[in-house]
Parts: sequence; C-alpha cells; structure tokens
Amino acid sequence: MVFYLTLGIVVLILVWLVAMYNGLISLKNQVQNAWQQIDVQLKRRHDLIPNLVNAVKGAMQFERDTLERVIGARNRAVSAKGAQEAAAAEGQLGQALSRLFALMENYPDLKSSHNVLQLQEELTSTENRIGFARQLYNDLVARYNIKQQVFPTNLMAAGMGFALADYFRIEEAEKASPRVDLSLN
Amino acid sequence: MRCPSCGFVQFDAPRCKQCGALSPTPRQPVASIVSPPGFSGPATATRPSRLVRPLNLYDQQARNRRKTAFVIGLFMLLVIFLGYGVDRFVIGSGFSMSLWDGSLFEPSRPRPSRQVAFPVATVAALGVGTLTAWLGYRNGDTLVLASSRAVPLAPTDLKSRQLDNVVEEMAIASGLPKPRVYVVPDPDPNAFATGRDPAHASIAVTQGLLEMMGREELQGVIAHEMSHIRNLDTRTMTVTAALLGALLLLHDWSARTGSWRVRDSGDRKGGGAGQIVLFILWIVLVALAPLIGQLIAMSISRSREYLADASGAELTRNPMGLASALRKLQEATAPTRSISRGTAPLCICDPLHHRLDDGKGFWADLLATHPPMAERIRILEAMAYASSAGPINFA
Repeated sequence: MVFYLTLGIVVLILVWLVAMYNGLISLKNQVQNAWQQIDVQLKRRHDLIPNLVNAVKGAMQFERDTLERVIGARNRAVSAKGAQEAAAAEGQLGQALSRLFALMENYPDLKSSHNVLQLQEELTSTENRIGFARQLYNDLVARYNIKQQVFPTNLMAAGMGFALADYFRIEEAEKASPRVDLSLN
Repeated sequence: MRCPSCGFVQFDAPRCKQCGALSPTPRQPVASIVSPPGFSGPATATRPSRLVRPLNLYDQQARNRRKTAFVIGLFMLLVIFLGYGVDRFVIGSGFSMSLWDGSLFEPSRPRPSRQVAFPVATVAALGVGTLTAWLGYRNGDTLVLASSRAVPLAPTDLKSRQLDNVVEEMAIASGLPKPRVYVVPDPDPNAFATGRDPAHASIAVTQGLLEMMGREELQGVIAHEMSHIRNLDTRTMTVTAALLGALLLLHDWSARTGSWRVRDSGDRKGGGAGQIVLFILWIVLVALAPLIGQLIAMSISRSREYLADASGAELTRNPMGLASALRKLQEATAPTRSISRGTAPLCICDPLHHRLDDGKGFWADLLATHPPMAERIRILEAMAYASSAGPINFA
C-alpha cells in the first residue's frame, strides 16, 4: 500500500516536471521566434527607406539635410553589428524618419502624389509592425518570466537551465522624440 | 443616479426601485464596475463606495471567459435534464398521462413498462445537434463568404493597401498567421471573421466600412475580428449551435407526443410526489426550451463580443481606436443586407442593426447578439482610462 502510494506520488511529480519543462521550452521558443520577427520587420523598414527618399527628393530638395540624415541612419542600422549597436541605430533611424514625416506635411505637392502616399502608408505600416512585433515579444517575455517565477516552478526552473528573458526597452533618447501623427485620415 | 421623485439612490434601472417613477434619463448602461460619471457626488454619502477602479483589459478578458464557461455549463445541464425527461417521461415506463384524453392529472391507465437503461434521447439529440453544427463548422467559412458575396481583397488602391497592412499588423500583434482578407460589396459598414481555426481564418470587411474608417479605427475593427479568431469564437459558437439544436430537438420530441408517462414508483408515498415535481419542472422547461435556448445563445454571443473588444484592445493597446469606430457604426442604421443572420455573432456589430442593439430595455438586450453599443464604448473608454469619471482612485 505504502509502496503504491509512493509510486503514485513519484509518477505525479514526474508528470508535473515534464509538463513544466515542455511548457517552458515552448514559451522559450516563442520568445525567440518573436525576437526574429522584429528583425524581419526592421529589414522591411530598411528596404523601403531608399524608395521613400527617392520619391520625395525632388519636391524636398531644401530638406537635403533631413534626407541625408535618414539615409545615413538607415545605412548605419543596416551595417550595425551586435544587438546594442543595432538598437541604437534603429532608434536614431526612427527619430530621423519621424522628422521626415513631420516635414513632409509642409509640402502639399507630396500629399497629392499617389506614389508618395502609397510609400507613406507602407512606412506607417512598417513602423506599426515593428511596434507590434516588439509588443508581442514583450508580452511573451512577460509570460515566460512569470511562468518561471511563480511557485513552485521557481524551485526548478533555474536548475533546468532556464533564465529570465530581457524585455525590449526603448532608449531614453527615443522616448523624448515628439509623437508624429502618421494616420492618413 | 438619484430618482427624481423620491431621491432613492440606485444604478441602472429604468424605473425607480423604491417609488416606481420612470427615470428621466435613458437607462444608464450596466457599468457599475466602472464608476459612472459623477459618482463621487451625493451618491457616495448614502451608499458605501464600491471599488471604483475601472476594469482593465486583462480583468475584462478573464471575466468574459469565466462567464462563457459558466453559461455553456448551464446550457449543457439544461440539455441533459431535458433529455433525461424525454427518456423518462416520453419513452420511459410508467403511468400514462395524456394531454389528449384528459388523463393528464389523473394518471390511471397503466401501460406496459418499458425500461430505458441507456439515455437514448439525450444521446440522440446531442448527436444530431453536434453533427449539424460540425458540418457547419467544417465548411461554414466558404458558405458564409459565398453568401455575403465577399471577394478576395486586391490591394491595389491606397485604402485596400491600408486594410491589407492593418490585417498584417494585427496578425503580427497576435502572433497568429495572417488571415485571408475579403471585401463585401455593401455600402453599410460592418465586418466579420470566420474560419474554424486561426490557420483557416478569414476576415471580411464591407466596402462601406473601408471607406468610412480612418487608420486607427480600421485597426480597432480588425483587432476585434482578429480577437474572435484568437479566442476561437467560431468554435464557441459551434458548440452553442450544437447545444441549441439538441435543445430544440428535445423540445420537438416531447411537445409532439403530447402524452407522457410518470413512473409509478411502487409505494406511492414519497417517490410519487418527487416524480410529479420533477415532471412539472421538466414540462415547464420543455415548454420554455426554445426561448431559454435562444436567450442563452445570445448571452454567450454577447459575452464573446465584450471579450473580443477587450482582447482587441490588448492587440492595439489603443481602446480609443475601436471606441471611435463603434461610434461611427452606431450612427449607421441601415441593415447590412449581404450578411446573413447566422454570421451575426462574429460581426463587429449586429448586421440587422436592431433597434434592440441600442439598449432599449431589459428584454431587448437579452435577445440581441451584440451588447448595446453605448455600453461597449463606455467599457473601452474605461480601459483607456478615458471615461468621464475623472481621475481614478486606486485607494
């Protein structure tokens, strides 16, 4: 009797351990996948920028400075090495882009160009996609970390080689940048 | 709010609960969990203030999930009880009580007893109900899309590019594959989601909605539909349809015979009375089954709408986008002709544009697939902490 009881308890604990391990592995992979998705969207941003700059170059020749800053930031972001450097470069690119969008408001000709509007919509969407991809990443990180930190998983998770994931954080400089209305209402 | 004639403080009642006077303002939407505007007024003096923190989107989601589970459980119990009654009183053994020969209340003529050990009626009704619902579930999306004459979106002009992009954005935000996008050539604004699981999902939007909504509003609407997909609402509504089908079958079977048998339990002391009580309860429920079933199905549909609003807000983190879209939908009153009634629970707003939908009264609200617009907007605004209740007191 005692033997079977002990056996039952041991089996239950094993089942719980396996379920816990598999759950954590699944979340860990989701977190990694979400991180990759951010890169996919950043790539899209890099590909679109030269088109946008070409489309507005003619009408905005007085804003050469801004355009060059966008192109420069884009090139630095493309060639950035390491997460730290990439994050900083993407932050600068985001700022340069919002300045460009703000300045475009001063050129009514641009607003009437179908091509430019189309590109602007694509860039708006890309900026949103980057934002939503980061949001999903952070949501998954929160779930992954919570799962590791709740009792009784917290007793085992570290021993099984799981570590807390890092949240994506906005650079302080980027936070300060003015919010630009990109909607095409 | 206070009753104008007697000053009795109450929430959310068309008539004063104390003196019966009609309330001067239209019914205050049921949002007692959210602090109503001006709540900190004299009301707090007479009634101890409840927790006035608005429900954030996570609380909303948890609440709606619990509600659906509870209501579906209730629905199942009802079907099982009615099935048990059919087994027992229609095809079971016992004394005959017929509506037709006047013997309903004089159970006299004994019939040869037929013992039913297996719940035939329950299983048969659930089987037929499940089968029909399952067929609808497998091919429902093709049927629904075809019947609304939806055409696949061709992202050529600016507005349709925008729609395509917004759907992609919401797919990214929810971490699900991008659903197929359709446009319904109908000038009335509406949208629906269909498909049996996230991998086979479609979102359809009417031309009217596409033209009417700005980017953030469109995003809100698509987030709502994406949430129907993510919350597996097609599945929930399929289960509901199966239960409703089973309930109606049981109702038909028992109502059509018009002759029931209450078992003679041998010694007629205690068991007999219990049997009669059970029988009366059953017959009342059978008579009310179509109404009750409809009410339950609608209640499930409404709680899924609230849930989709709340999880939509989680996707965009911008409840005001959807709130503003709902305002525009509220103003559109023409029915969406191309969308059939059956699709209603997965639409952004009731395609019939019931006057019912605007919270005209208790019964009207109970029979609607969608909660009153004003209430949905109010809850979304509370999520954005933008309700007119002023600063939030977390104390």
